[in-house]
Amino acid sequence: MNVEILARLQFAFTIMFHYIYPPLSIGLGLMLVIMEGLYIKTKDRTYLQMAKFWTKVFALTFALGVATGIVMEFEFGTNWSTYSRYVGDVFGSALAAEGVFAFFLESGFLAIVLFGWNRVSAKFHYFSTWMVALGAHFSAIWIIVANSWMQTPAGYHVVGEGIHARAEITDFWAMVFNPSSMDRLTHSVIGCWLAGAFLVISVASYYLLKKRHLEFSKRSLKIGLVVASIAVFLQAVSGHSSAQGVAKNQPAKLAAFEGLYRSEKEAPLRLFGIPDSKNEKINYSLEIPGALSLLVGGEVKGLEHVPKQDWPKVEAVFQTYHLMIYMWACMAILCVWSLIAWRRGTLFENRLLLKCLVASAFFPQIANQAGWVSAEMGRYPWIVQDLLRISEGLSKAVTANQVLGSMIMFGVVYFALFVLFIYLLNEKFQHGPEDGEEASPYHHIKEIL
Amino acid sequence: MIEFIWFTVFVTLLTGYAVLDGFDLGVGMLHLFSKKDEERRVMLNAIGPVWDGNEVWLVTAGGALFAGFPPIYATICSAFYLLVMVLLGGLIFRAVAIEFRSKQPSLIWRWSWDILFSLGSFLIAFGLGLVMGNLIRGIPLDAEGEFSGTLGSLFHPYALLMGVLTVALFSMHGGIYILMKTEGELHDKLRGWINPLIIFFIMVDAIATVATLIYQPHMAQSIQYRPIFFLVALINMFAIANIPREISKGRDGRAFISSCVNVICLLALYGIGTYPNVVRAINDPEGLSLTIYNSASSTKTLEILLLIAIIGVPLVISYTIAVYWIFKGKVKLESTSY
Repeated sequence: MNVEILARLQFAFTIMFHYIYPPLSIGLGLMLVIMEGLYIKTKDRTYLQMAKFWTKVFALTFALGVATGIVMEFEFGTNWSTYSRYVGDVFGSALAAEGVFAFFLESGFLAIVLFGWNRVSAKFHYFSTWMVALGAHFSAIWIIVANSWMQTPAGYHVVGEGIHARAEITDFWAMVFNPSSMDRLTHSVIGCWLAGAFLVISVASYYLLKKRHLEFSKRSLKIGLVVASIAVFLQAVSGHSSAQGVAKNQPAKLAAFEGLYRSEKEAPLRLFGIPDSKNEKINYSLEIPGALSLLVGGEVKGLEHVPKQDWPKVEAVFQTYHLMIYMWACMAILCVWSLIAWRRGTLFENRLLLKCLVASAFFPQIANQAGWVSAEMGRYPWIVQDLLRISEGLSKAVTANQVLGSMIMFGVVYFALFVLFIYLLNEKFQHGPEDGEEASPYHHIKEIL
Repeated sequence: MIEFIWFTVFVTLLTGYAVLDGFDLGVGMLHLFSKKDEERRVMLNAIGPVWDGNEVWLVTAGGALFAGFPPIYATICSAFYLLVMVLLGGLIFRAVAIEFRSKQPSLIWRWSWDILFSLGSFLIAFGLGLVMGNLIRGIPLDAEGEFSGTLGSLFHPYALLMGVLTVALFSMHGGIYILMKTEGELHDKLRGWINPLIIFFIMVDAIATVATLIYQPHMAQSIQYRPIFFLVALINMFAIANIPREISKGRDGRAFISSCVNVICLLALYGIGTYPNVVRAINDPEGLSLTIYNSASSTKTLEILLLIAIIGVPLVISYTIAVYWIFKGKVKLESTSY
C-alpha cells in the first residue's frame, strides 16, 4: 500500500475515533448548564444529583477527547507536512486561536467543576460550568472554521511557486466567515447537542425500564427530550441551509450526495438508491421528482461538469449522506412519539417507547460520523478545494512503513481505549447517581501492597 | 521584528509548558516509588485539578508553531516521526491513566494504570529532551527543508544526554512540587527522596553543560556576541544553588520557585543559543537551516496572531492563577478526588 492511502486511512481512523468524544463533551456541557441552572433556581437536590452524575461522565469523555485530540494536532505535521507548509499561514492561525481561546478555558474551569464542589460557592461553580460549556463550544468554532476554509477557501492569496507555493491570509474575517463556515458550524454543533441530549435520554430510559432512580430519571428524560426536540427541529433548518450552500459552493459534492450524474433542471430528491458510477446511473432509486431543485433552487449541476478521474467516490458519499438523514429521521420520529406520549401521560410507562429511547444514544453518533465522512469524502480529490490535491499534501520524508507502524499503534491503543471507555461508562451507569452525600466507593481500600 | 516577537511568544508557551507540566511529569515518574495506594492517590490528586490545563500549554505551543512557522512545524513533525508518535502515545496513556486508575478497586487494574502513568510521564519527558537535543545539535536537511537523515542518527549520544537531563530536571521539579503539596508521613518520606533527586540533576546538568560547550560551540556564540545573556546563566546557577538551601530550611514553597526559575533559565538559554535557527541543518548550518526569518508566516498573519495572543494570554494567565489559588494548600482526599 502506498503512503497516500495509508495516511488517508490513518487520518480517517484517528479523526473518527476522536469525534466520538468532543460531541459528547459539547452536548453534555449544554446539559450540565441546564441541570445545574435548574438546581440554582429551584434548590431541588435532584437536579444537583443529576449535575454531579453527568459531570463524572463528562470528565470521562473529556479525558478521551483530549488524549485523542492532541494526536490530531500533530498528525497534520507528521503525515501531511507539505499540506502544513502550504496552509499553515491560514489553518495554523485558527488552530492557535483554538488553543488560546478554547482549550485553556475548558480545562481550567473543568478543574473547578470536577473538584471544586466544596471549595467555591454554588454560584461560582455554576459560572465555571458555563465556562466549560462555552470552552467546549469555542473549540468547535475554530476547528470547523479551519476545516470549512479547506472546503470553501476565502480571504487568502497564493504566493510563491512549485514547492514554495503557499496560501497567505489577506483578510482574517473573510477567512473566518468563509462561505461554508457558519452553516457547517451550526450543523455540527446541533449534532453535538443531539449527541448529549440523547445520551441523557437513553440512560434515563434505561433506569425507567429497570425501575431505578425514578425521580432522577423522569426529570432527566424530560430535560433531554426538550433539548433533543428543539435540536432535531433546528437540525432540519440548518441541514437545508447547508445543502443550499453546498449546491452553490461545491456542486460536485452535492451531486455526489444525491447521486446526480447529469445536470437536471428538475432534479429529484433521492430517498434510496445504489449508485453505479461506472454506468453513471442509480439502481433501485426511490425518488421524489423535482424535489431537490425545489429545495436548493433551480438547476442542479451534475458530476458531468467534473473530469471523471476527479469524481468523489459517489457510492460511499451517497450512502453515508443518506445514512445521516435516516438517523435524523429516526431521531425526529422518536421525539414526536415521545412528545405525544408525554402529553398523554404514558411517557414513563410505554415500554416499547422506552426501549427505543435506550437505543437512541447511537443515532446522533452514527449521524455525526456519517455526515462528516460524506462532507470530507465529497471534497475528493482536493485537500483544499480547487487549490491543493490530497496527493500533493503528503510528507515527503515519511515512508509507508512509518505510517503503517503508527497506524498499528493507534489501532491497538484506540481499540483498548474504546473497550475501557464503554466498560467504565457501563459501570458508571450501572452504579447510578449517588443518593445524598456520597463517599468515594473505594475509600475502604487503603493499601494494595 | 514581528518574527522575533512571535518566536518569543512560542518560547514563552514552551516554557510555560515546561514549568507547569514539568512537575506533573515529575510526579508521574516518582509515582511508582511510593507503594501505598493512599499515598499514590495523594500524589495523583496533587496534580489532579491542574495537569490537564498544564498540558494545554504544549497544545497551544504546537498551534503557535504551526501558525507562526509552518515549515518548521512540518519539518519537526515529519523528521521526528517516531519520537512524535512515542510522545503522543505517552500523552494518551498519561491522560487516560489518571482518569481511569481510581475507578476500579482491583489491584491489577490500579497497578497497570500506575505503571502506564509513570511510563507515559517518563516517555514524554525523555522524548521532549531527545527532540530538543536534536534541535540543538542539528539534523540533516535537504533543499526543500525535509529531513534527509536516518532514524538511528536521532539517537546520537548528545541527544540522549539531553533526554536524561530533561528526565532529571522534571523529576526534581516534580519532587519539590509534591513536597510542597503534602503533609505528615508521606511528606517526611518525600523529604528523604529530594536530595538524591537534586544531586542527580546537578550532575547531569554539569555534564550536559560541558558537553554543550565542547561539542555544540554554536550554542555559546550568542552569549559571546551579547554578553548581557551571561546574566541568564548566572541567575540559573544561583537558582540551582538556592534549591538545596531552601529545602534544608524547610521552605518548600521557595524551593519550588527556585526550581521554576531554573526551568525558565534553561529554556531561555536554549532559545538564546539556537536563535535564529529553530531547526539547525547539520549538513549546512548557514545555507539550509530553518530560521525564524526564512520560515515565518506572512507579516499580516503574524500580526493577527499577535493580536490573538495579546487578547488571549492575559485571560489564560488569569484563570490559571485562579485555579491554582482555589486548589492551594496541602492535598486532602475527598469524594470527588481521583
